[in-house]
Amino acid sequence: MSNRRINWYKYAAPANFYPRAGKMIPFFAVPAVILFIVGMYVGFFVAPTDFQQGESYRILFIHVPAAWMGMFLYVMLAIYAGIGWAFNARLASMMAQAIAPTGAIFTFISLVTGSLWGRPAWGVWWVWDARLTSTLILMFLYIGFISLQSSIDDVRRADRAGAVLALVGVINVPIIYFSVQWWNSLHQGATISKNSFKMAPSMAAAMFLLLGACWLYSIAVVLVRLRYIIREREQEAPWLAEVAA
Amino acid sequence: MFSWLVWRDLILAWRRRADVLATVFFFIIVTSLFPLGIGPERETLKTIAPGVVWVAALLASMLSLGRIFGNDYQDGTLEQLVLTPQPTYLVVLAKVLAHWIVSELPLVVIAPVLGLQFGLSENSLVIVIASLLLGTPVLSVIGSIGAALTLGLRAANVLVALLVLPLYIPVLIFGSGAVQASLTGASPQAWLLLLAATLVVSLVFAPWATSAALKISVE
Repeated sequence: MSNRRINWYKYAAPANFYPRAGKMIPFFAVPAVILFIVGMYVGFFVAPTDFQQGESYRILFIHVPAAWMGMFLYVMLAIYAGIGWAFNARLASMMAQAIAPTGAIFTFISLVTGSLWGRPAWGVWWVWDARLTSTLILMFLYIGFISLQSSIDDVRRADRAGAVLALVGVINVPIIYFSVQWWNSLHQGATISKNSFKMAPSMAAAMFLLLGACWLYSIAVVLVRLRYIIREREQEAPWLAEVAA
Repeated sequence: MFSWLVWRDLILAWRRRADVLATVFFFIIVTSLFPLGIGPERETLKTIAPGVVWVAALLASMLSLGRIFGNDYQDGTLEQLVLTPQPTYLVVLAKVLAHWIVSELPLVVIAPVLGLQFGLSENSLVIVIASLLLGTPVLSVIGSIGAALTLGLRAANVLVALLVLPLYIPVLIFGSGAVQASLTGASPQAWLLLLAATLVVSLVFAPWATSAALKISVE
């Protein structure tokens, strides 16, 4: 056993995290752009035309990663908010605050692209199907979280109140999820399912490239936003003046 | 302590009867607007009745949420209640129970009369009452989380709607599902059981979240 111990909490301090995050951003942002360009190229020029849906299915290359990110980021938001609340880790609370807008944007993109795809594929812009409705609820949960935090002036209370709301929202997620089976839906047959079309390898490649792009983009943007939040909240801290100088 | 708190809230509500009645009349007016807006065809009204009654109940109960903690927060009583040696969980449960008796029970009582406006059969009216009896306590207890989180905030009323209505959606689905099932002749039992399960789960977990939110808001 070496007597040199790793300080796990080092980067929980904004003073240490701030410069490190600044150095990390390009490592996520640049690959995100590259993956996005390659993924879009594969999706729009390499992947074959679908024999059932024609060209319009290509919207799904953006739609599916956006929907996944929207759901995943909410769970991450709740985890970070919970950690920030339970352990008084202010960086984790800031992280939750930084994730929220990105998650909301992805959820919004997935709703819009889904609607654009639904028009040619289903013949309607919107269907009150369980999947669509649950995504809409997810959007409301994001909006609730953001507006609750922004209407509380005291930062500590804003973080904790947001954490309670985020965690309660997470409990609601499985209820929403299983409503696929409970919901008395006329449009059940039109639900997207994994087996509804076989994917060509180039289609899968495009989807996963764009999923990677969304992941890296999210990390980069969250880090940028996190740095702004740190700067806003730690205005008085002497280390910030040093870094800025 | 528990029964004392419930009793105290009931007396306070009794002295401000107009507030309580306003919620009930809101419920009546909202449900009466639909036949006027949609037209008097019996079949159409019958099909929309479950949704209308339930959505109106949701909105009415949401309007009254500010009363659960609002007055006590303003005069400082809430702080004392949180500081008492009794668990905050019990305080929340007592206040939610009082709120349910004051603001939700009248809705359950008046709902069958409104159901008659929509031409529901006796069988369906019984289901309306049963589903509301099981569902409205869930609205109170989940709503108390939103009420506690927004204590003393700017635009708290609008914010409560934003926070609480998405969480009400399962209750809305189960409740109107039960009435819908009784209309089509199917058994509403499954929906009522789901409502009962929601009630049990939310009664166990939601007061806990509310007391956490109260401690955050009061400190």
